Amino acid sequence: MLTFIAQRVALSFLVLIGVVFVVFAVARILPGDPCVAALQERANPETCADFNARFGLDEPLPVQFGIFVSDLIHGDLGESIRYGRPISEMLIERMPVTIELTLLAMLWATTVGITLGVISATRRNSATDVGTMIGANIGVSTPVFVLGLLLIYLFAIVLKDTPFALPPGGRLTSGLVIVPLATSWGLEDLAGIPRVVIDFISNMYLVNSLITGQWEIFGDAFVHLLLPALALGTIPLALIARMTRSSLLEVLGLDYIRTARAKGLANRAVVMRHGLRNAILPVVTVVGLSLGALLSGAVLTETVFGLTGLGKTITDAILGRDYPVIQALTLITAMIYLVINLLVDISYAFLDPRIRVQ
Amino acid sequence: MTLSEESAQAPSVVVEDLPDSVEVATEEGRRMAAQLHDKQPHAKRLLEVRNLTTQFFTREGVVHAVDEVSFDLDYGETLGLVGESGCGKSVTALSLVRLVPSPPGRIVSGQIIFDGVDILKLSNAEMRLMRGKKIGFIFQDPMTSLNPTLPIGFQISESAKLHLNLSRRAADDRAVELLSKVGIPRARDRMKDYPHQFSGGMRQRVMIAIALACDPMLLLADEPTTALDVTIQAQILDLIRSLSEEFGTAVILITHDLGIAAGMCHRVNVMYAGRIAETGLVDDVFEHARHPYSWGLMDSLPRLTDARSARLRTIEGLPPDLLDPGPECRFSPRCHYVTDRCRTAEPELSSREGEGHLARCFGTEPGGWIA
Repeated sequence: MLTFIAQRVALSFLVLIGVVFVVFAVARILPGDPCVAALQERANPETCADFNARFGLDEPLPVQFGIFVSDLIHGDLGESIRYGRPISEMLIERMPVTIELTLLAMLWATTVGITLGVISATRRNSATDVGTMIGANIGVSTPVFVLGLLLIYLFAIVLKDTPFALPPGGRLTSGLVIVPLATSWGLEDLAGIPRVVIDFISNMYLVNSLITGQWEIFGDAFVHLLLPALALGTIPLALIARMTRSSLLEVLGLDYIRTARAKGLANRAVVMRHGLRNAILPVVTVVGLSLGALLSGAVLTETVFGLTGLGKTITDAILGRDYPVIQALTLITAMIYLVINLLVDISYAFLDPRIRVQ
Repeated sequence: MTLSEESAQAPSVVVEDLPDSVEVATEEGRRMAAQLHDKQPHAKRLLEVRNLTTQFFTREGVVHAVDEVSFDLDYGETLGLVGESGCGKSVTALSLVRLVPSPPGRIVSGQIIFDGVDILKLSNAEMRLMRGKKIGFIFQDPMTSLNPTLPIGFQISESAKLHLNLSRRAADDRAVELLSKVGIPRARDRMKDYPHQFSGGMRQRVMIAIALACDPMLLLADEPTTALDVTIQAQILDLIRSLSEEFGTAVILITHDLGIAAGMCHRVNVMYAGRIAETGLVDDVFEHARHPYSWGLMDSLPRLTDARSARLRTIEGLPPDLLDPGPECRFSPRCHYVTDRCRTAEPELSSREGEGHLARCFGTEPGGWIA
């Protein structure tokens, strides 16, 4: 098992090196001039020469690449051309929103999706099954922004002034301020990587308020995340429910399920212990892929609900030819996928002993 | 139906490279064994099947898979169900434990009295107490009948935990004991292994251990050796026989291999097209068969004395369509001795010479036209 994990980690590392090359190249291949995009009407040969010199864009490409890699190794993601700020600072601010949103969305998608899938499979062709699958098909085919707007309409407008009202956007009700972890723990002087980590966690409002006991903030932040998570999680939920159903149905027809029944096990034990564990592999893949997709850009959801997360950041960067930001975010997206795929592989091996052998 | 001479003799082969079954003599094991052997008969016979009819309701129509089948089984007896593919052997066995895939299958009518209890009247929960505990099942394909993601120790101890209320530890001890009994070396070390770490024959041994985990009164073995190669077949059959003798377990052995039936069983039911064509003690059925289908089956066994170039003998034609069997004798389209009488009505099972020897054929009835 350890060998298996080590192999996968090594493989992921190789992929990462490849990604660094590709990321650098793709940013340079994009048509358009960063100087023009950043300075707009103020762009002329002189200002652009200054601009390029400042951001190292006047160097030959191999030199630019060398600088890029050496910075990366030192943990420096570079500086945004548009905002003139270190990218790591932007990430500390924006990534936590996306992570919280995604995890909440996937939590609801996975638990509800698998439950519905199991119910559908065990009551095949019943009203529950047909209803669930019709719902799943609608869920898969509804664009996130449509669903998001519908949810806002329902919960923020129709149900306004009822106990079911939910806020349509933002992270906290205006007026509420969350105390950063560094402040609550008296670590304001901390610097370097520990500080980065603390600030990063600090910006995950749910985690921050939970560990420091700011209950009012916790509730408020949670309520604010509900609608976007609901909207974002619906498509993965529908996928997971359908995948669970078809996979479980297939497994429940296999010989060893008959063996389990012949032992006199109750239906529940047969389905959960012998069926679901074998049926869950393709579901894990779907969960992993959805998680990656959501993390690396819930652009539409973030836009509809007025959240500034990774999705919005990367869209802005592409539109503004913000090379360093594009590079950094693509790299991070790739890393997210690598880590998730690694986890999926490991969970495969954990769930199915036959995979461990190779 | 083909059959090789080796497997015909298989059951009598003495397998020497088998490790002796090792008794794991834990105190708990002994106590458990004492408990387990509470096999007081509650009825005259272990099993009485009366007019069992199981049908499959498909889009094309109703398939009469098992049609009015009746037979008895004594405590500790071994009964063979033989016949070609699709004649209703497996569905009969599945019906006994009510595991006919449903939908589309359903037991339509009949009675199954097992140890004095009418199986078909039990609730689902009561039926689960029968499965695994009183009736063990060995399936045909050991490669697919074990759960690939659970350790075999768990799979064996599972029903012991469930039915015998054993603690996890006691159930594990029981599983180790069973594993050694079915001839798996280093049983305790192998408890945590998964099915893919075992060969086909070893997996079938595990399957037997699972079936015997609660020391059932009846063991249903559905073609337990079909998926195995011939040398392993002999070992597995030997094992089933010795364990059933040791535990006093009755066995219903389903096979299309007459040699196996001859070597293993006290009595056989020859099944054809969902019905019993002939039944009786092994010697009566094999030496004095009174049904043309039984003759055909035995005739199609290849013999060592056959010329190498000789073609294998077969029963010409195919079994009838069970969607709509018609009123005639079901074997009549393939029978050499067919007369008009056979084409208008189906004969009942009637007595022939020998204890409990019955055959379903007008031609061999007293005064019939077949000598």
